[in-house]
Amino acid sequence: MNGSPLLTAALILGGLVTVSALLIWAERRLLGLWQDRYGPNRAGLFGIGHVLADMIKIFMKDDWIPPFADRVVFTLAPAIVMAAGLLAFAVVPLSPQIHVAADWNIALLFFLAVSSLAVYSVLLGGWASNSKYALLGALRASAQTIAYEVFMGLALMGIVAQAGTFSLTGIVEAQRDLWFIVPQLLGFMIFLVAALAETHRAPLDLPEAEHELTAGFHTEYSGMKFGMFFVGEYAGVALASAMLTTLFFGGWLAPFGLPEAPLLWFALKTAFFIVCFIWLRAALPRPRYDQLMSFGWKVLLPLSLVNVAVTGAVILWRS
Amino acid sequence: MDLLFSTCAAIAVLATALAISRPDPVHALLNLIVSLLATAGVMFSLGAALAAALQVLVYAGAIMVLFVFVVMLLNAGPEARERERRLLRPRYWLLPSAMCAVLLAQLLYGMATPAVAPAAGIAVEAKAVGIRFYGPYLLAVELGSFLLLAGLVAAWRIGRMPERTA
Repeated sequence: MNGSPLLTAALILGGLVTVSALLIWAERRLLGLWQDRYGPNRAGLFGIGHVLADMIKIFMKDDWIPPFADRVVFTLAPAIVMAAGLLAFAVVPLSPQIHVAADWNIALLFFLAVSSLAVYSVLLGGWASNSKYALLGALRASAQTIAYEVFMGLALMGIVAQAGTFSLTGIVEAQRDLWFIVPQLLGFMIFLVAALAETHRAPLDLPEAEHELTAGFHTEYSGMKFGMFFVGEYAGVALASAMLTTLFFGGWLAPFGLPEAPLLWFALKTAFFIVCFIWLRAALPRPRYDQLMSFGWKVLLPLSLVNVAVTGAVILWRS
Repeated sequence: MDLLFSTCAAIAVLATALAISRPDPVHALLNLIVSLLATAGVMFSLGAALAAALQVLVYAGAIMVLFVFVVMLLNAGPEARERERRLLRPRYWLLPSAMCAVLLAQLLYGMATPAVAPAAGIAVEAKAVGIRFYGPYLLAVELGSFLLLAGLVAAWRIGRMPERTA
């Protein structure tokens, strides 16, 4: 926050929306690569012009609201996912100087709180569509999100205990000697699965599983409202990757004693995790819904509790 | 902070009134969520940032999701809306309004008494809250955990109830 926090906020928001839009192209290109085909490579350099073409197309499309839908809630739902995703970025420290409120003493809780609100977009979108596929998708989404949210927070408590603060700047500073991926490996694995479920990305995209639910919660959406859900999902992926970087991989800190370049290191690490998200989608099939739920409650929740208890015990033993 | 407090308080009052008066159950719940978020804003403006974050995380983000989930499962149609409308006739308002009037009177009395100091707006650290919980309020925390455990056991038992053969 050097001087003008408003400018910083505007730059971060603009950058984030651009990155989210670019990710649509990046995902299609990378999926193509891993599936032994080209992907979109026609428009512009490496096909990057497809982003622009897609944007123009989606803006020109008929923005249709079904007559049987609840108009107000139907319109509100896609806005919630964007708002929640962008709001959570307020606490992500891109570098020691470039952030909006990362040194806030409840920054991590703010991230968890705002990302817990994102579920309303899916829930309300599915309900307002007033269609069975959409409703089923919304029901799945809400059950999945509540289940995985519980230990998403718990998995991070080990980090909070070790860093002694909820402030994300403080958490990054606490990793100067050793990144939290080493002492909090279990927490990292739990958080990764939970983040995957929270952003409902493949392989955990049961709320929109197209082989059984058409398109799940956004079946009735078209035009830019559908586009908002789509870009919102990529904003979620970018957010989850940024949080993985900040919490477990030292944020802006340089790895292996390489020269300091805060923003560059942060961007590189975040990009790495974004590619991992796409890679997981290309590599793994979906689990069954009941498997997903029982894995969450019966395996990951107890594991995250063990992680908190062991971290606490080690900290007490050392002091 | 005063402006934030007044704005959030006004939104909370308005949203709560709408939550009571909306005939559609989902719309009523949405207003209740807005009201909870505004209450979190009020807490934040008074310096209780941790309580505000937990309010959003637990109440708005988890408990209300379950409420909306259940209402969606019931899939209340036009009949439910009609029933709600009938419940909103003036004679049903009498007793709840009287109770609210008592609360309002108490509130006004409290505000008029100078002994009750206004909130100082000192930021409360998360650590301070934790130390309080595991110090003077340990008994309350333990009682709360008893209650939650009882709820958990009951839910488990109901979930595993053997099917009764008629």
